[in-house]
Amino acid sequence: MAVMNRRLGLSLSQLSRTVIQRHFSITGACRAIQKLTRVRVVDNSALGNTPYHRPPKCIHVYNKTGVGKVGDTILLAIKGEKKKALIVGHKMPGAPMTPRFDSNNVVLIEDNGNPVGTRIKTPIPYILRQREGEFSKVLAIAHNFV
Amino acid sequence: FSSSEYRISSDGKAAKFQPPPKPVIIDKQKQREERRFLSPEFIPPRGRTDPLKFFLERKDMIQRRKVFNIPEFYVGSILAVTTADPYANEKANRFVGICIQRGGKGLGATFVLRNVIEDQGVEICYELYNPRIQAIEVLKLEKRLDDNLLYLRDALPEYSTFDVNMKPVTHLDYEDIPVNKLQVRMKPKPWSKRWERPKYNIKGIKFELPEKKMKEAEKWRQPWLEFDMLREYDTSKIEEKIWKEVSEELKK
Repeated sequence: MAVMNRRLGLSLSQLSRTVIQRHFSITGACRAIQKLTRVRVVDNSALGNTPYHRPPKCIHVYNKTGVGKVGDTILLAIKGEKKKALIVGHKMPGAPMTPRFDSNNVVLIEDNGNPVGTRIKTPIPYILRQREGEFSKVLAIAHNFV
Repeated sequence: FSSSEYRISSDGKAAKFQPPPKPVIIDKQKQREERRFLSPEFIPPRGRTDPLKFFLERKDMIQRRKVFNIPEFYVGSILAVTTADPYANEKANRFVGICIQRGGKGLGATFVLRNVIEDQGVEICYELYNPRIQAIEVLKLEKRLDDNLLYLRDALPEYSTFDVNMKPVTHLDYEDIPVNKLQVRMKPKPWSKRWERPKYNIKGIKFELPEKKMKEAEKWRQPWLEFDMLREYDTSKIEEKIWKEVSEELKK
């Protein structure tokens, strides 16, 4: 009887602790973006901002290596749909003098490169400006640069 | 002849002549010399490398310092760095942040600045001797209780937010560097590192963990490391020599 009570007590305390919600990915040593990484959509598109019971996950990286860095396109699984996205920041430290963000940030994109959202409030690294040709529309809707 | 009778005092009686107090001269030059600051990247690491390598690196570092002013700062001071960036508008990029870590020795010395912009935490690792850096400005010179503030990543974002347009706080030359004894409050666990463990020896966190967790963390304490003689590295004499060398070269 006492054993049962102890077991119940433990599960109750665990329940009380799991009420805390987080918006960013929770894994400890998160590095650059690869398959199955949970990402954070930073533009103001409806698809990226409506809540869903599963966080958006990367399912493919359009790269020779399966690791996505800033400026790479990835395929995202959001709300049961597949959508392409552009990586604008990751938790992995890159070259010196480049910014490192506290979350893996991503901007939703169409197949032709047009962004889905209309505004990006989070800071974007200046390095994306190097590929002005491909990402001109995404850079046009960005407000803050780092 | 004495003018004491003609002196009007509050008593109404003749006041005795009081000489004016002597001016106290603070010899600022002496105090400045007492406080020496040698940037940590000048101190060579312990090892079997030829000291000639460090000497040559120091020469190059002094050469760069003559052309570009690298101010004195510590971990916990707020800096503003302007870098030359071909992709930035006006070709210059300004970033304001708190210094959380100073790493590297010699010409590869780096410092990491952290700030929270639009609810997004951003950290940039700058190289001190990189020619792309155009200006380093110390907005607030202060020290913190710890040598590195990597735990700010797991602290509440208000402790890492700094105004991008903040005015520099003046610091007088002869005063001691203020130590900010701020105890930071953390986000709920899990953290990126187990900061409560004694190996990190962090004094700047207000741990709100239960006693049981703090006691469990003490299990990882290694009190014998403090007395390990092979790990000792006394830098006082090396610092003296390098300080003399560097200050002489910089005066030229």
